[in-house]
Order: sequence, then structure tokens, then C-alpha cells
Amino acid sequence: MNRKDWLLFLGVGLFIGVFPLVVLQFKAVSHYVDVMIFAGIFSLVCLGLSMLMGFAGQISMAQAAFFGIGAYASGILTSRFGLNPWAAMPVGVALSASVAWLIGIPTLRLKGHYLAMATLGFGVIVHIILGEEVEWTGGPSGLVDIPGLSLFGRPVTNDVHWYYLVWGIVFLALVFCLHVIHSRVGRALRAIHEEETAAEAMGVPTARFKLQVFVLSAVFAAVAGSLYTHYVTCLNPGSFNLMWSIRFLLMVMVGGMRSLWGAIMGTVLLTFVGNEWLQVFADFEVLIYGAILLVVAMFFPGGLVSLVPRWPGPRKDPIPAASDGGS
Amino acid sequence: MLKVKSVHTYYGNIHALKGVSLHVRPGETVALIGANGAGKSTIVNTICGQIKPLKGRIEFQGQPIEGLAPEEIVRRGIALVPEGRQIFATLTVESNLEMGGFVHRNNHRQVREDMTRMYDRFPILRQRSRQLAGTLSGGEQQMLAISRALMSRPQLLVLDEPSMGLAPLIVREIFSIIEELRREGRTILLIEQNARAALQIADRGYVLETGKVVLQGEGNTLLEHREVQRAYLGKGAGQIVDA
Repeated sequence: MNRKDWLLFLGVGLFIGVFPLVVLQFKAVSHYVDVMIFAGIFSLVCLGLSMLMGFAGQISMAQAAFFGIGAYASGILTSRFGLNPWAAMPVGVALSASVAWLIGIPTLRLKGHYLAMATLGFGVIVHIILGEEVEWTGGPSGLVDIPGLSLFGRPVTNDVHWYYLVWGIVFLALVFCLHVIHSRVGRALRAIHEEETAAEAMGVPTARFKLQVFVLSAVFAAVAGSLYTHYVTCLNPGSFNLMWSIRFLLMVMVGGMRSLWGAIMGTVLLTFVGNEWLQVFADFEVLIYGAILLVVAMFFPGGLVSLVPRWPGPRKDPIPAASDGGS
Repeated sequence: MLKVKSVHTYYGNIHALKGVSLHVRPGETVALIGANGAGKSTIVNTICGQIKPLKGRIEFQGQPIEGLAPEEIVRRGIALVPEGRQIFATLTVESNLEMGGFVHRNNHRQVREDMTRMYDRFPILRQRSRQLAGTLSGGEQQMLAISRALMSRPQLLVLDEPSMGLAPLIVREIFSIIEELRREGRTILLIEQNARAALQIADRGYVLETGKVVLQGEGNTLLEHREVQRAYLGKGAGQIVDA
């Protein structure tokens, strides 16, 4: 991690740390803690997606499906088979990772946006299965009676505890991702994004690296799905459709494709926009999202994170603030 | 060192290489010249594993390498300076060099040493080491692309159109770099449209036309050849153009 990362780490960490303490003082916004829990869960999905889009240059339209696989695996195993949530989570993660691996093997050998197409289809399939397999998933009416989480033998019921649990996991994931992108592998990923043929000519096993990042993104999504399940304790296929996959893409793009910090900022902003401020628009929500994307693409293609002021001194970060945006 | 034996390569339905054979001996600089669409880049891509040949064999140091993945071929000792340079524009110059040493992942010290060597060879790259590679001039980018390829410590260096898109003065500079590499005893396969410059520094040359080798011989002999002069050097066609 470089200096900029440390400063952001400090700043964002402080903000996240004191956020519930501040908003709980005000009755009108005290439910923001709940919104931020969702934002944290979605951040986990978007961190994985940001690795995939911003660093490996691949687009996935199925993050909501992987999120759903993690969620339903946890939901079904705990509610129908009485498994402990912490034991169910790895099952969902493994399932999600192996599915991603199977989709990735053929599509990531190809250059170009074949992954986007394959995942588009896959996302729709998963959504249909969740809706139709009534015996397992409860179908459109949903899955209920899912237990909450326990930590060290004590059930996590308090929103503030949930908040710190979720954001703690987000920060662990973030530290892991930052290490990856500043490593040799991260450099290779950016090289793939830049000039795939040249990266191959340097001896980078491009197909394998892209596959690994894709599987990583599916793992993150599944962990997030499992957390989501045990937080809301009921599931409904509507949360895992194509629209949600697109929302995750938007969160990453609004925040800034080439920055993990951007992914988190974009997620927090759009979660508030979606859960709080746009409820009044109901069906017109999609239009507003379109408008947001347009404004971002036109005026700050580097995303929200490009608005963070740069620190003086020689810039070591080789990632330009303004990227060529969505391709 | 490198033997290409009657290789046929297709792009979809297009029969791009129709039984090309050529070889490169250790320490030799071999030029491959030909017009646009003759199949020069297809040969490069076939040797480096980007496309698989349909028929034929490619041997490198006695081992068959056709059908191997590109990264494996790099590991065997063939490095490519790709057409149009293809440097990693949003990475720093230094990161580009580090990428070049990618196959030596476990030998950090060697990569560092090689990097110093590259900086000594091209001091301008040292000056610009923290700059994004995309901000370099065309000639500097080509130097970077050559250095990046050398970072893998190749047995064979393949240069695909190193003069492409560069100003004449810079082209001369790039060719003097290649000349220098040749004098150091490196084995080089040079693919060029600039037939004169390529044949002048090459020990031997091949002329490629519509997917076939139509002429081969020593560099100087080819330069003197009537067909080569007519078709590639613009001589004997009524008017003599000397670049």
C-alpha cells in the first residue's frame, strides 16, 4: 500500500468508525446505520467487481447471481437443514466459486468481452431457477425462517454490532485486494487490461489470471450474499436479478473503475440513493440511475474517487485519475 | 536455434502462411521482409504462440514449440518486441521493465540488475523511470519495448516492425540499437517493411510474398538482387529513389 492508500485508509476508516455513533444521536437519521450495513454488504460485491473490471478489464453481468448463490445456499442450508450459518457460508462460497470457474474457463481464454455475454445469460438463468425451484427456494414468495448470525456464541441482533461486523469484513477484503493490486500480480493484471497481447508476450498467463480474479469476485459476492441472508433473514429472487447486477456495475463505475476506494464510495452513495433518497421516484429510479451514469461519464470519467484531492509531492501512483472509462 | 518447417497458418478461411520454412542460427541476425499482407506478422504470431499453425513444425533449440502457450514460449527463451510497441501506457516505465522480467518472478535480484543494465543502455529511460510509459515519445517507447523484451533474458529476440510509425531520424537510431545488439552476439529475427535498412544490418534475409518465402540469401546479396531492388527498394522501375 502506498501513501495515498494509507491516508485514505485512515480517513475512510475514521468515517466508517464514528458514523453510527454520530447518526444514532439524531432520531431522524438513526436508520442510516441500517442503510450502511447494506452498503457494506454491497461494497464486498463491488470490491470483487472492481478487481475484475478495473484491473483485469473484464465485465461481469452476473454479480447479483453469485450474490444470490451465496445468499440462497446459506438460506436453504440454515433454514431447511439446520446448519450453522458459519458452516453454510463456505458451502455457498465454494458453489459460487466453482460455477464462476466453469463459466470462466471457456470465456476467459478469449480476448474481448465474451465474459460479459456469458454472465449475462448466466445471471438470467440463476434468477429463473431461484423463482421456479419452489421446493428449494420458496419461489417468488421467498424463503423465510432464516436464522441470524451468532458470533462467539452470542447472537448478533443489534444493528450497530452488525454494522461493525460487516464493515470489519469489508476492510479485511479491502486490505487483501490492495495487497494484490500492488503486487506483481496486480501489475500483470493492469498490463492485461492495457495490452493483452503484449502481456502474453511477457510471459503472463493471461487466461489463468483473469480466471482467478473472476473466481475471486464470485467468492466476494457469495460471502456478501451469505451476510445479507442472515441480516435480512428472508430472501426473495427479486434481489438477485439482472437489474441488481447492473446496479453493482453502476456502483463501481460511479465510484471510479480503477480504484478500490472508488468502488466503496460509489457503493455507499448509490445505496443511499437507492434505499433512501430515490424511493419516491419508484419506477423512475432506472431513469435516475441512467442520468447519474451519464453525468459521471461526461464530467468525471475517473469516478467519484477522482474528486479526492491529490496530495502534494511526487506522485507514485501509476494509475491516472482519469481513465478511459467504460469500454 | 529456431527452425520453422513448412508452416501453414490460417486466419479463419484465409490461408495466411502457405508452407513457410526458415531458420535462425545462434548469433545470427535474420531479416524477414515483405509487403503489407505478405504474412510477416503472421509468422511472428505463429512463432510466439499467439496463433497455432495448422500444419508444420516449429523447433526452438531442438524442441518443438508449435502449439505451446505464449507464456511457455517466453519461458523457453523467445522474447517479442511487438508491432506498434504495445508498451503498457498506464504503467510507469519501471513497471514496464518489471513486467518484462515477469518470467523471472523468483529472481528479484536478477530483475533489478537487468533493469540497471537497461537504464545504462538507455539513460533516457532512467530519467523517465517514474513516468507513465504512455507519456514517452515514439522512439523512447520503442527503446522501452526493446528493453522490456530483453528483461526476460531471451535466447532469441523477435522484433516486429520496430521502425513502424517513427520519424526517419528515430528509425535510424532504432536500427543502430539493433546493430549494437547484433554486435553483442544476440540472435535476432527482424521483421521489417523497411527492406533496405533491415537487409543492411542482417546476416541473412528472407523475402515473403503472399504467404510464401520467394527469395532468401545473405543480406548484401539480397540488397543487390534485381527483384528485391525492383519490388522493395524502388529501383529499376524507371526512376531511382534513394531514401
